[in-house]
Amino acid sequence: MTRALLSLSIVALAAMMLALAVGSVTVPPSDLWQVIQGDGSALHRTLVWELRLPRAVAAFATGGLLAVAGALMQVLLRNPLADPYILGLSGGAAVGALLAMLAGMGTLLVSGSAFAGAMLATMLVFGLAHGTGSWTPSRLLLTGVVVASGWGAVITLMLAITPSYKLPGMLYWLMGDVSYARTPWPAFLVLVVSIALIMPLARSLNVLARGPMQAAALGVAVRPLEWSVYLLASLLTATAVTVAGSIGFVGLIVPHMLRLVLGNDQRIILPASVLAGGTLLVLADTLARTVIAPEQLPVGVITALLGVPMFLYLLHRSR
Amino acid sequence: MSTLRTRDLIVNIPERRDGFALNMTIESGQIWGVLGPNGAGKTTLLHTLAGLLPARSGCVELNNAPLKELKRRAVAKQLGLVFQERQDTFPATVMETALIGRHPWLSPWESEQGEDQALAEQALHALDVDGLSNRLLNTLSGGERQRVAIATLMTQNPHIWLLDEPTNHLDLHHQVKVMNLLRNQAKSGKAVFMCLHDLNMAARWCSHVLLLYTNGDACWGETESMLVPEALERLYNQRLISLKKDGLSVFVPAP
Repeated sequence: MTRALLSLSIVALAAMMLALAVGSVTVPPSDLWQVIQGDGSALHRTLVWELRLPRAVAAFATGGLLAVAGALMQVLLRNPLADPYILGLSGGAAVGALLAMLAGMGTLLVSGSAFAGAMLATMLVFGLAHGTGSWTPSRLLLTGVVVASGWGAVITLMLAITPSYKLPGMLYWLMGDVSYARTPWPAFLVLVVSIALIMPLARSLNVLARGPMQAAALGVAVRPLEWSVYLLASLLTATAVTVAGSIGFVGLIVPHMLRLVLGNDQRIILPASVLAGGTLLVLADTLARTVIAPEQLPVGVITALLGVPMFLYLLHRSR
Repeated sequence: MSTLRTRDLIVNIPERRDGFALNMTIESGQIWGVLGPNGAGKTTLLHTLAGLLPARSGCVELNNAPLKELKRRAVAKQLGLVFQERQDTFPATVMETALIGRHPWLSPWESEQGEDQALAEQALHALDVDGLSNRLLNTLSGGERQRVAIATLMTQNPHIWLLDEPTNHLDLHHQVKVMNLLRNQAKSGKAVFMCLHDLNMAARWCSHVLLLYTNGDACWGETESMLVPEALERLYNQRLISLKKDGLSVFVPAP
């Protein structure tokens, strides 16, 4: 199992190298090595350190955040279809971001507004699902799905009334685009800190996956654990959405692919999700900016085009 | 050795009047069987005793401390429960399932060590499912899954064992095997408290019996004094024929 994590780390590192090397100007491996050592030509140094590295780190952090958030939500709701996107978080974030764009605000405010929208969506779903009755996974999921379609309608409405010159930026945001990222390091920090926080809880999550009663009988304080996991997953998603707009379904397929191959021990699945989700998005973003360069494709599209066949293959092959 | 005591306990069954307050003491070495018709509240009682459901009134004490004031982890070291229904949304192997019994004994940073593994292997062996350790739970038969659940409790190794119909889905041989295992555990100092549907098992293996009636009435005591045909006929609303063979009571429903 540690071997699986090690191989995933190597793949992740290789994907990063690839992302640093290819683009409008290819940096050959020998030159890349020089740049990493602090040498190399000025052009290569600028390309690698100032343009490609921040973007690759942003892609990795976004993928990692979304995959972990998905893995957490699936255990929390004990439903393999759970995903922060299905619960309407990205809808809330999108409405926030589009509002800011409509008002003509700058990138920073768009990000802040997206984050606020995601957290608002979280509170809305959680508050409504709690209601007057009990807090059950199916109720939370159903509330999330309905609220998500509500956000969807609002987004469509906003697009319909937006002057056409503003539309491309908005559509790109909705399709997910890492090139918005200016400073990837806060998101990366959130990823590292939250993994450090969640790892000690991973075994409790394994028990929680067997149902709340069984978990309580085995000594898990169920309610506090559920609250922290829900809040953490929301925070992770909000951060990811803030960095890269809405990139669907990484949170759904990455944890599942890993479960098909590695089993269902969260102590492995959570760190593996970081590595695999990050790698998937780094590769997707590298493709997105090279396939029809100098034009760029939305990374969300590439993620889906890469992820769907991979997922279907693994599912078909599994027991 | 642990003791589980109820003080004026009334379990919370929706839409039922309060019923009879329970004042029982479940001690090491005893095997309790709870008998009653469907809907009498056997499972609710078991969950209340484990502290998973709030009581309507009264309280449950574990070693003289009110259960609801104890941390779940501390409770789980003393008291374990086999549920009647189990969720398995995500596939897990038999070994992984048995090993979650070690959860209360490990700190957040620890992972299962060789001795935890050994305890799990022992338990799986005792329940005749050691040959299945690498199989996925959802590929097993109902009876095999039931035995894995009991093996998980055995791996948890608490002093007080609560079981909800432990012989469900089991073939005759394994029913006897499980009941003998429970008897041996009681002999080694555990306290066993289980819901049963089989009067003959209660008669043969239980030291104490609790009868729960649909209307909330309850009575309890040593098996000999509780398993009288008149009380049982009233309990199940079913006429019974009772036989004695080699000092063993046998009950069959009358036609």
